[in-house]
Amino acid sequence: MFIAMVSDRACATAMQTTTEIGYDSKVEGDVVHTRLDAAINWFRKNSLWPMPMGLACCAIELMAAGASRFDISRFGSEVMRFSPRQSDVMIVAGTVTYKMATAVKRIYDQMAEPKWVIAMGACASTGGMYRSYSVLQGVDTIVPVDVYVSGCPPRPEALLDALIKMQGKVAREPFMALQKRVA
Amino acid sequence: MSAREFAQQLKTRFGELISEPAEFRAEITVQLSDAGRIAEICQFAKKEMGFDFLVDITSIDNYGSDPRWTLAYHLYGYGHHCRLRIKTEVSEEKSEMPTVTGVWRTADWHEREIYDMMGIRFQGHPDLRRILMWEGYPYFPLRKDFPLAGRPTELPEVAFTRTAPQEGGPFVTRPGGRDSTVREPRAHELESDDPADRGRAERI
Repeated sequence: MFIAMVSDRACATAMQTTTEIGYDSKVEGDVVHTRLDAAINWFRKNSLWPMPMGLACCAIELMAAGASRFDISRFGSEVMRFSPRQSDVMIVAGTVTYKMATAVKRIYDQMAEPKWVIAMGACASTGGMYRSYSVLQGVDTIVPVDVYVSGCPPRPEALLDALIKMQGKVAREPFMALQKRVA
Repeated sequence: MSAREFAQQLKTRFGELISEPAEFRAEITVQLSDAGRIAEICQFAKKEMGFDFLVDITSIDNYGSDPRWTLAYHLYGYGHHCRLRIKTEVSEEKSEMPTVTGVWRTADWHEREIYDMMGIRFQGHPDLRRILMWEGYPYFPLRKDFPLAGRPTELPEVAFTRTAPQEGGPFVTRPGGRDSTVREPRAHELESDDPADRGRAERI
């Protein structure tokens, strides 16, 4: 399946082939041929808006990643959308207690598809140092996690590395194959 | 006036209820023999002796000895900068204390925490309900007979708990080692005399 997309004049050199598409490059500019999967995955991975579920100390490192030195918006996460309805990836940063677990699950359920989860830090990944009666032993018991970040807290660079891995995962997603097909 | 003099003044006023002040590392503690009079003692401490700040109320579980609960009230005065500790004991059958929220409003949340974690009720408390765990949680977690890992509970739509995996138990460091290598919890397991510890490294 092809989609013709207009790109800017900087990619002019590759576009001088004679392909039969009924289109005049001198008049209408340059075109990139790609697959729909690849195009939409590219859109999504370069604009992953995080929903910061900042619960404890990892939230401070999340804020540091969002501040100017480790700028998370370089990677497309321009805004930390605190509304689950407007975000793509939920970054669970901090200790999830059993008391908070129902709220985290409810927020995750309110996110629109497609949605992903990054478990940031030891507490969100596995319960961390808190093997106790009040701490959920890993947020992956209630929501499906895509990327785990280790650290207590992980450095902002580690979170950005996780975001890059998340982008790689989004780029490989075969969502067209998962769509319903008509007969 | 020093803290010891304040404690003496308390003893002079209340007589047999208050023990002799004990001192440990420049901290003065007095023991109160009748827990039911705590509000009166605290009122006197605040109004007459100027202890206008309740730093903390803590509860101790003396599991195995009677009375089971010890409560420690930590007092401080901004005017005279002196600290005082008042300890009382409550038995498990009673598990009740009068509240001191009439003296300091901050006691509200301290007493709620003690109720939540130990199960000691406070008579006259304006809003005695759980503060850290959720309402309907059936246990009192900081009692010594409650395991650290917790017990499974289920309260639909509110919360659930599961037992946390311990993987060999709470790892406790050896105090006073020269550096972190010798303080490391599992560094000495092969030297242990206990036959149950042999082969622990292989078991992990």
